[in-house]
Amino acid sequence: MDIRVQEESFDLGAETADFAGKTSTSGAVVTFTGIVRNNAEGTLEHMLIEHYPAMTQKALEAIAHEALTRWSLEDAKVIHRFGKMRPGEMIMMVATAAPHRKDAFEAAEFLMDYLKSRAPFWKKEVSNAAENWVDAKQADEDALNRWRK
Amino acid sequence: MDVVYFAWVRERIGLPREVVETKAATVAELVAELSAREERYSAAFADISALRVALDQELSSFDASLAGVREVAFFPPMTGG
Repeated sequence: MDIRVQEESFDLGAETADFAGKTSTSGAVVTFTGIVRNNAEGTLEHMLIEHYPAMTQKALEAIAHEALTRWSLEDAKVIHRFGKMRPGEMIMMVATAAPHRKDAFEAAEFLMDYLKSRAPFWKKEVSNAAENWVDAKQADEDALNRWRK
Repeated sequence: MDVVYFAWVRERIGLPREVVETKAATVAELVAELSAREERYSAAFADISALRVALDQELSSFDASLAGVREVAFFPPMTGG
């Protein structure tokens, strides 16, 4: 398991190749990448991501560990950035490796749903006119609830 | 104990961290104590359904006991991913 919280950007291709290259029993690797999206008006200057350093690493490891116990996964990787990011920059990635694709897809989705609502990050959108904390969405909470069984 | 704030809770209260001397037995009692201090606290804690709390870096609830807790964190619902 490779779980990283960092300010600097990452190389998605290199990270994915490295992750896929380390697997031995997996026939499937799924990756998801979150990118800073501009607003509808195209006025987003940057996104500022705050986090709770003492808790973040621990929370991400617990979430990834849960994924490893619930699905037949060989490995998982999570990179999540904090700090200032411009539209188009990568915020985070998850990667899962499993013998078969169903486990890899489902576990990646599970990781994303948990990261959205249970990892201690907060996004603020900054444009030249305004600064707004992004509100959590009910849809994200609903997405989480479907894994509770 | 240490009390830490994040995102708009931090901005509304005006500081990221403080040491609080308290005899509060639960998170809710601590919230009531802080809210009674000053308007910026009562404003931040006006609607606790819009807030989350972590005790020693684990998500918890407002009725949880503070016994043995060293760090309490208040923040809005998380928006990671």
